[in-house]
Formats: sequence, structure tokens, C-alpha cells
Amino acid sequence: MDTDTMVTEKTAPTERPGTDRAQYGVCAFLAGLGLLVIVDATGIPNTVSSTDLLGPRPVPLLIGALLLGISVVYGIDVARGGRGEPEHGEDIDLASPIDWRTVLLLIGVFAANAVLIERLGWVISGGLLFWGAAFALGSRRYVLTAAVSAALSLGTFYAFAIGLGVNLPAGVLQGIL
Amino acid sequence: MGDLGNLLDGFAHVATPTNLLMAFLGVLIGTAVGVLPGIGPAMTVALLLPVTYGMGPVQAFIMFAGIYYGGMYGGSTTSILLNTPGESSSVVTAIEGNKMAKAGRAAQALATAAIGSFVAGTIATVLLVVVTPLVVRFAVSLGAPDYFAIMLLAFVAVSAVLGSSRLRGLVSLLVGLVIALIGIDGVSGQQRLTFGVPQLADGLDVVVVAVGIFAVGEALWVAAHLRRKTGEVIPVGRAWMGREDWRRSWRPWLRGTALGFPFGAVPAGGAEIPTFLSYATEKKLAKHHDEFGNGAIEGVAGPEAANNASAAGTLVPMLAIGLPTTAVSAVMLAAFESHGIQPGPLLFDRQPELVWTLIASLFVGNLMLLALNLPLAPLWAKLLRVPRPYLYAGILFFASMGAYAVNSQPFDLFILLVLGLLGFGMRRFGFPVLPLIVGVILGPRAELQGRRALQLSGGDLSGLLGGPVSYTVYGLIVLLLAWPLIRLVLRKANS
Repeated sequence: MDTDTMVTEKTAPTERPGTDRAQYGVCAFLAGLGLLVIVDATGIPNTVSSTDLLGPRPVPLLIGALLLGISVVYGIDVARGGRGEPEHGEDIDLASPIDWRTVLLLIGVFAANAVLIERLGWVISGGLLFWGAAFALGSRRYVLTAAVSAALSLGTFYAFAIGLGVNLPAGVLQGIL
Repeated sequence: MGDLGNLLDGFAHVATPTNLLMAFLGVLIGTAVGVLPGIGPAMTVALLLPVTYGMGPVQAFIMFAGIYYGGMYGGSTTSILLNTPGESSSVVTAIEGNKMAKAGRAAQALATAAIGSFVAGTIATVLLVVVTPLVVRFAVSLGAPDYFAIMLLAFVAVSAVLGSSRLRGLVSLLVGLVIALIGIDGVSGQQRLTFGVPQLADGLDVVVVAVGIFAVGEALWVAAHLRRKTGEVIPVGRAWMGREDWRRSWRPWLRGTALGFPFGAVPAGGAEIPTFLSYATEKKLAKHHDEFGNGAIEGVAGPEAANNASAAGTLVPMLAIGLPTTAVSAVMLAAFESHGIQPGPLLFDRQPELVWTLIASLFVGNLMLLALNLPLAPLWAKLLRVPRPYLYAGILFFASMGAYAVNSQPFDLFILLVLGLLGFGMRRFGFPVLPLIVGVILGPRAELQGRRALQLSGGDLSGLLGGPVSYTVYGLIVLLLAWPLIRLVLRKANS
């Protein structure tokens, strides 16, 4: 809200003692990303022409260098007790710790859809995605959830793929739908 | 008055049954998702974009205009009835609005928000009609160095001014710029950051990035901290207000509009600052000082008007210069591009029909919103009771569908997952997502304009500095960056 961040960042540790050490991981990620961009850029043949006097290399080099620089500044900020405030929301209860089981289950269900979508088709894999995600999020009314999944995946397939010409695979149900 | 004629033509184009239906659908969907927790207007436009590939661009944009205004309005219902604002621009509405609802005046709070949004939206759209052609006339005279400077200003504004931490905003911007680098460089034809993966050669589709960061990232983040007991929804009947409420509301509506529109229209604006300013103004001017903090209607009327007016103001730089300043306008810009349309000064010359139909549909959508929201308030309140597992499973479902539909390749779903995890991490560590999206969208253009400027100057770096316009813009950038320092000095001088 305010541009007065220097003050809020300094006062943060008095509210909650101890630094958020996981932020050093972010710092390493930024430095790694910067290095990656620089290494990739040095591998580009810098073709300069009369219409392009700069070539494709300087911009990634600059962005990579800025990333390296900001990872250092960020590290100093973290060491001095700076912390980012996790995002709020209607359904978010920040007092609870991160529920890794739910998150990992969701990632698994999501990846399964990516693997299966072309083989099984959107109706089956999308239905599994909805059912699995609802299950992971705590829904225990299995039959009702299955009915909702089937309605959603069939409904979207007919409305979007057949009605509006959106590309969704029919998969094993090719010819049946 | 060629613009007025164009606008009337625009109304004629909107007034076909199909287009009115699209506007109605847009307003309905927009309000519904605005009310639903966890889904904002930016996410909605991103999710629905692939669905519109089969439609003409005019119809798609009539629908998006409805979603835009509907989403802005829907957020206020959540704030008033649930006291947990989803978008930062509705935070202020919750302060007085929820107090009013608890005191049994939910119907009046919703009514002043709905009517105020209509008044502000209509006035601000008129201002948009007047101001945008002026900005276009100015923008056609701009050269590559000026555009480069304006884009740098947008980068600085979204990352250093709008968030709560400049450092985190800049990090987010840089990550966005890296994402934008992926793919074949348009000027030289060289591959950057593709690692020999053929699917990366065309770069990451902006839709996939937006859906990944907004939808998948949000769903994963909420899943990690899901509130097991959802908040108390205050029951409400038809929205209405009495004579006294009208008397107390109309001035805050107008003041809110006057604050909201200019803030939306300048590149460093956004909707948060004017809503806070409007709240502070109403509090200062109110006759019933003691009512503030206990449910003063002025505290809902003013900020809601400011919120909607700034939403319209945001469209001025987006349409006239191609410069997004909020998440929704960034996604709308991406939507224009995926329909093969390039916003900017030339758009008004090349596709006047499209632009003016879009602007006319803003008026129509606004009117529909009012007609829809007064009687439907009880229905929207019911929507707040959707079982959360279904809501967030649904977001992941539609996100996967939309991202797959862009290029019909499962590879994009893995990219979507990676970006979703990035969005999750950003929410965990308090990085704002807006600078990233703006970086992804404007990064390649800033580079292109910069390289063009250097070509014009024969490779001399002074070519980037350009003329008077870019000098002014660079002056603004320095002022924005040095602002905390300046304020510190001013404060010391005062005390």
C-alpha cells in the first residue's frame, strides 16, 4: 500500500522474532537463475546486422547480471530480518502450517492428467482430475463428486470441443462421444 | 465529432442479439467469479480466453468487457457479506461494508455499491471516450526511444510503486523478463533459453503463463492453507436503499469517481490507492464522524465508485498505448494479441469498429450489471457457500482445459504445473504477481523498441535517451525511485 517499505521491513523482526530462513533458498534460486541466463546467453552466436546493431546477447546478459545483483541485495535484506508477507485470501488461514500432503496430492493429480489426457481423452482424464483434486482438498462424498466430475467433463467437452471448436482430445472415447 | 459517430456505430454493433447475449454472459460470469473466493477477474479472462478462439474478436471482447466490470463489482459482495476481501482493491469496502451488514444494513451496503459502481462506471467510460483519442493523437507522434522509456516507467511503476516491497516487486519483474526471453529472438532468429527443446522455440504462451501463475498457483496456495471452517455469510434480501441513503451516497460516488479515474489512467496508478484515498476523504468530510468504523454508508459508496472508475481509467493506456497497469488489463492485452490484434495508437485507425464496439459494450455491460445486481443479491450470497473442494478442483480443471486448448500439446500442462509451483512460491514468500505478468508481456516489446532506437542512432547508446518526451519519462522514473528518500527528507524538514 505504502512506498514506505524501508520502515516496515526493519520493524518486521520485532513483531515475529527469527528470520524466515527458507528465504535463503529463494536467494539461491535467483542467483542460479541469473547464472543460467548468463551461461545460456554466452552460448548464443551474437549475430549483428545493419538492422540490429545490438544482437540477441546483451539483453539476457543484462537481465542475468541484474538477477545476480538482486539476489545479493535480497540475501542482505533477509539477513537483516526482512520477510515477505504471505498472500491473504478469503479461504486462506495463514495460522495453519502448509499442508504438504494436500499440495503434493494435487500436484500428482495434475501431472497424471498431463500424462493421460491424449491417451484417455479429456472426458476421462479431466473427470479424474476434478475427482482427484476434490478428494485431495477434503471432499469425502465420493459418489456425488463422481457425478459432478462426469457432468463437468462431458459438459465442457460437448460445449467447447464440439460446440465452439476448442481442441480437446477424445482419446479412447473417439467415435463414442 | 467523428468519435461520437464511431461510438454510435459501436452501439449499433453491440445491439445485435448475439452480442447482447455475449455482454450478458460476460457480466453474469464476471460477477459470479468476482463473488467466488479465490477467482479474480484477471484469472477469469485468462481461463476463458482459449474458449473464445472459436469466436470473432468483437464478440470475445464484448464478453471480456462484461467480465471486467462484473468482476470488479463482484468483489464488493464478498467484502460486505463475508468480511474477507479477495482483491486488494476491495479491502476498504470491507471496513464499513461488513459493519453495515452486521448491523442489518447489508441490502443498503450492496445497493450503494451497485448503484455507485454504475454511476462511476458510466461517468468514467464517458471520460474514457473523451480522453483516449487525445492520448492516441499524442501517442502516434512517439518514436522508439519514447516507447522504450514509457515501458521502463511501467516496469518501475508496477514493481516499485504498487506493491508493499520494492525489492520483491523488482525480483518478480526480473523473473517475468526471464520467462519472456524464452524462445526464438524475433530480430536475429537466435534461440534463447530453449535448451534444445523444440516446444520452447516459440516461447511460452502468455495465456499459459497467466493461467499458471494466477489459477494454478492460487489453487495450490489456497490448498496449502485451506480454512476448514468457511466464514459466516450474512443472509441478505433484495438490495435497496432509502431516501436518506441516497442523500448520503451521491456525493461520495462523484468524489470517488474523480479520484479513481485519473489513478487508473496513469501508468503508476492501480485501484488500491484511490480506494484508500476515497475512504480517507469521506471520513474527513462526513458529518457523522462517530459512524465511521461502525458502518458508515459513505465509506462503502466512495471507495466502490473509486474502484470502478479506476477500472475504466486503466483501459486508457491499455487501448491507446498498449500499456497494461493492472493484472486484468495485462491479461486483456494478451487476449488482444492472441486474437491477432495489437493495441496501441494504430488500433484506432486500423480497427475503429472493434475499439468503439468494445467501448460501447462497456456502457451496455454497466447498465446490465445494475439491472442484474440489485435483484440478484440473494443469489450471489448463496454462491459464497459453494463447497471449497469443488471450487478449487474446478479452477484446476478449467486451467488444464484452457492451457491444453492453446496449442493442443500435453507439454503445456507440464509447463503450467511448473508455473503453478512458481506462483505458489511467490505467494508463500510475498512476491507480487503483477510485475511478473507485466514483465512477460512488455519485456519483448521493450527490447524490440530499445534495439530499434539503437538502430536509428547507429548504435550510439545516446539513441536510447531520445527527445523531450522520454526525458520527461526518465525524470518521472527517477522521481518514483527516489520518492522514499524525498519523503524522508521532507519529514525531517517538517519536524
